[in-house]
Amino acid sequence: MSDLAGYFAQAPAITQHRPWPRVELDAAGWHALVEQLAREPWELTALWADPPAIHVCLRDAETGTLIVASHATPDGAYESLGRVRPSALRLERAARDLFGLVAEGTPDSRPWLDHGRWPMRMPLGTNPVPRRLDEPAARAVDYPFLPVEGEALHQIPVGPVHAGIIEPGHFRFHANGETVVRLEERLGWTHKGIEGLMRGKTPLDAARIACRISGDSAVAHALAFARAVEAAVDQRPPPRADFLRALMAEIERIANHLGDFGAICNDASFVFLQAEATTLREQMLRLAGKLFGHRLMMDAVVPGGVARDLDWEGAEALRAHVDQLGPAFEKLVKTYDNRPSLLDRTMATGVTAAHLVRRFAAGGFVGRGSGRGDDARRTPGYPPYDQLDFEIPVQHEGDVHARVWIRIREIRASLKLIREMLAQLPTGAIRVELPTGAGREGMAIVEGFRGDVFGWVRLDGQGLIARYHPRDPSWFQWPLLEAAIEGNIVADFPLCNKSFNCSYSGQDL
Amino acid sequence: MWRRFARSLVSPRTEPAPIASSAGLAELAAAVDGAAQARLGRSLAIRQVDAGSCNGCELEIHALNNPYYDLERFGLKFVASPRHADVLLVTGPVTHNMAEALRRTWIATPDPKWAIASGDCAINGGVFAGSYACIGPVDSVIPVSLRIRGCPPTPTQLLEGLLALLAQSSGARG
Repeated sequence: MSDLAGYFAQAPAITQHRPWPRVELDAAGWHALVEQLAREPWELTALWADPPAIHVCLRDAETGTLIVASHATPDGAYESLGRVRPSALRLERAARDLFGLVAEGTPDSRPWLDHGRWPMRMPLGTNPVPRRLDEPAARAVDYPFLPVEGEALHQIPVGPVHAGIIEPGHFRFHANGETVVRLEERLGWTHKGIEGLMRGKTPLDAARIACRISGDSAVAHALAFARAVEAAVDQRPPPRADFLRALMAEIERIANHLGDFGAICNDASFVFLQAEATTLREQMLRLAGKLFGHRLMMDAVVPGGVARDLDWEGAEALRAHVDQLGPAFEKLVKTYDNRPSLLDRTMATGVTAAHLVRRFAAGGFVGRGSGRGDDARRTPGYPPYDQLDFEIPVQHEGDVHARVWIRIREIRASLKLIREMLAQLPTGAIRVELPTGAGREGMAIVEGFRGDVFGWVRLDGQGLIARYHPRDPSWFQWPLLEAAIEGNIVADFPLCNKSFNCSYSGQDL
Repeated sequence: MWRRFARSLVSPRTEPAPIASSAGLAELAAAVDGAAQARLGRSLAIRQVDAGSCNGCELEIHALNNPYYDLERFGLKFVASPRHADVLLVTGPVTHNMAEALRRTWIATPDPKWAIASGDCAINGGVFAGSYACIGPVDSVIPVSLRIRGCPPTPTQLLEGLLALLAQSSGARG
């Protein structure tokens, strides 16, 4: 394996980009990179368009080195990375639908987010093309799903409105009797134009939208956005803000993991644990609402710091809460682990291959359940986690059970982290005024409950948002769900889906 | 587990019901007629439709089923199909990509039926208002009988709104 930083040593670097380097590649350089990526195990962390440029963020898994490589596309076309790196395919399709940049040589040229219903094509590109809404659009029924050949196969179309209180997505199953032969996802239903809405906003106004990229990751996405802006303008938040942000992030992780733990058990028809876990989740959310002004902690993380301080009583209430939550949760873990009927459903179900997880650089419980132990809190790391000792659990089975256990162990680790942070909570300011930082670019990677959330910002001449790209961890987990369900029975899909718990909104944007 | 289960029978965590939202009651008075009241009794089947939300609304709607709120004690029940539903609980700023699905879900719901716009996005687009990808509030796509504010509405706010609907549809006003 070549050294990632060494590979780009000769390429011209952009000085206004922080904190990791960004280099520019010409067509020959981009082509060489595609060839190199076919051989190297470097991870693709993000890929996004900012016309005329296409950007890709790469990561050296061994050293943790991060680098952004950019290629200006004067004619709006670039050589496809998805050809050699399948995790880029949906990102490239989205970049074409939204910005009109075409990935040449891609094995999948179907639209992704564009369902043929927006008033224009390439709405965020330099030249959006108006579309008459009464023209026969690319309707859902016309979407060419991948063909499946063979006798005795049948199709099961599910969604976008599917059973349960759940976000909309379409799942096309090909099944042989009970067994899933292929699952293909079609997403994009909740596309709200988030990247377009953030344009031209002040960082403070845009932060409100960042909280609503994926509501369950309100803190994580707000944190990625705030840290990207702070990197761009080169201003660190006060140390107390770092700790308060991390407290919120761990509360968010615990609350979501509790919800998932219960929901997975519920999908295996073990309702008792769902009732108990949602009770613990409710108690956590109520405390979050009391301490930070919002049950999901929306609008609590802002560029420059946090919106609200934690007083002494609040800190005490949180300490008492985690002391009581820990033992209560352990009882549920014991119940889970002692029910053969429940384990029969979760063990050896929805096995996700380790090589796929590495190939797609999938994070969170999906990655860590299949042996990929990366966690943005440790590499690249950011305050206050660089001053704290915490466990990053890794399992190797890759099944639903492993993803349940990753959540269990992460809840334990987060409870410990909260105690430690409360003990070390620095005093002082919670927010600083940010300089304008006209024309600067910043990047951040933070660890949400679901995995690593990536954010990249470019500020315009007035310091307003010219471009913000959030990459939710779901982008690299959704495709693996298609692989995980293969060979399982259709009835186990809800269980597998819940154990992945990918965000629809976070990837639809 | 069994001990815990038994304890919850004696001292449940479920809290007393909030009072039906008075704003909701006024809005509903016009939407619910006597014939519908007679037919539905004190029970409503709800189909939730996410028309493009950030999933924050779904998290709080889910919470209605936890033991603190225990929605089903009121005769309110989430169902899997619009064909079983009396009420569509719609969230999100209604994306262009979801508008058709929302319209069809409404058509698939048998009369008498009501739609609730739940959350600021469903009422006026919220932070997503004005986007090229959003068609507009829920009432620009299907008729809306009740609006529940909030970003997202808390379970208590949701419960107040739903109880108002139940009070109206069953004729037991207030």
